[in-house]
Amino acid sequence: MSGIFQRISLIFRAKTDKALDKMEDPRQTLDYSYQRQLELLQKVRRGVADVATSRKRVELQATQLNSQADKLTAQAQKALEVGREDLAREALTRRSGLQQQLTDLQAQHAQLQGEEEKLTRASQRLQAKVDAFRTRKETIKATYSAAEAQTRINEAFSGISEEMGDVGMAIQRAEDKTAQMQARAGAIDELLASGALDDPTGTAKDDITLELEALASTSDVESELASMKAALGTGPSAAAPALGSQPASGQPVAPAAPGQYQAPLAQNNYEAPPAQPNQGDLR
Amino acid sequence: MIVRILNEGQWDLSDDAVNQLNSLDDMVEQAVATGDQQQLAEALHSLLEQVRSSGRPVPDDQLSDSDLILPAADATLDEIRELLSGADEGLVPNL
Repeated sequence: MSGIFQRISLIFRAKTDKALDKMEDPRQTLDYSYQRQLELLQKVRRGVADVATSRKRVELQATQLNSQADKLTAQAQKALEVGREDLAREALTRRSGLQQQLTDLQAQHAQLQGEEEKLTRASQRLQAKVDAFRTRKETIKATYSAAEAQTRINEAFSGISEEMGDVGMAIQRAEDKTAQMQARAGAIDELLASGALDDPTGTAKDDITLELEALASTSDVESELASMKAALGTGPSAAAPALGSQPASGQPVAPAAPGQYQAPLAQNNYEAPPAQPNQGDLR
Repeated sequence: MIVRILNEGQWDLSDDAVNQLNSLDDMVEQAVATGDQQQLAEALHSLLEQVRSSGRPVPDDQLSDSDLILPAADATLDEIRELLSGADEGLVPNL
């Protein structure tokens, strides 16, 4: 087998070897390399934790989006009950927008989960290789002279440095993906903050909720009024003739009854507008 | 012959099994040359599947050099071009 994979292999090896050809005493190189392996191992573990954090954030956002979608469905239902098809349509339109976001989030979640699993496996693999390297390192240091050690060390290195290169790439990949996810998660947070989505603190209300509440409170007031009138016994039938009788009895009386301010003003305007200010000033 | 699939680990393959991979190597090379992501994905998938099925996994605690290094199953064209470019820094991250 030659061709593209042979080339990839050669270049990959050249790149991984770069990190480890610095030390004078080969046995010193062993300790230096081991140190770097441990650091890389820590970095992988941090990477796993970072990806897990991102995954949890996506889960949380999906939950929020889901409850928002449910809420919009309930709103649409309610709007239809009070005969507001326009509001219901608006609520359903918004819900379909959320559904799109949810689908994206689910895809992201699957991707993050995949990265998390890969990194976890990489971490386990590297741990096993690092342990093997430590054992071999001690053997080499105890058994061989500096000159002999060199060949043994090269053997031990080639395997571990290849693994480190592989894991290093996996980490880089996971970091890139997590950064992408975080940018998208930030965009959804902004949506939440702008009030377009449900505010978990419950302080902000969207316009559909406000309008439905206004409708609900209007109908509450009406029904309460009706029940109060019914309780008074006179009811709507008694109130109607009373109101009708006032304009019938005489026009001057009608404006006086609902508001006392209107009547004198009307009189002032027609009868003696200049007289009243004069009277006030003189007396 | 030890073959590494990046991101997955190492497999020990017989020479016969390695020889069977040659046609797939050509397909991947062609896909990279023409920039065909779809063909790349398919060729890589069959190639890696063959390595996994005909090879014996190398134990995690065994330190050995690979004779051949293959890209990850979900590698993109860009990632493969990156693997083929020698100009790059070392792969072991600067810790």
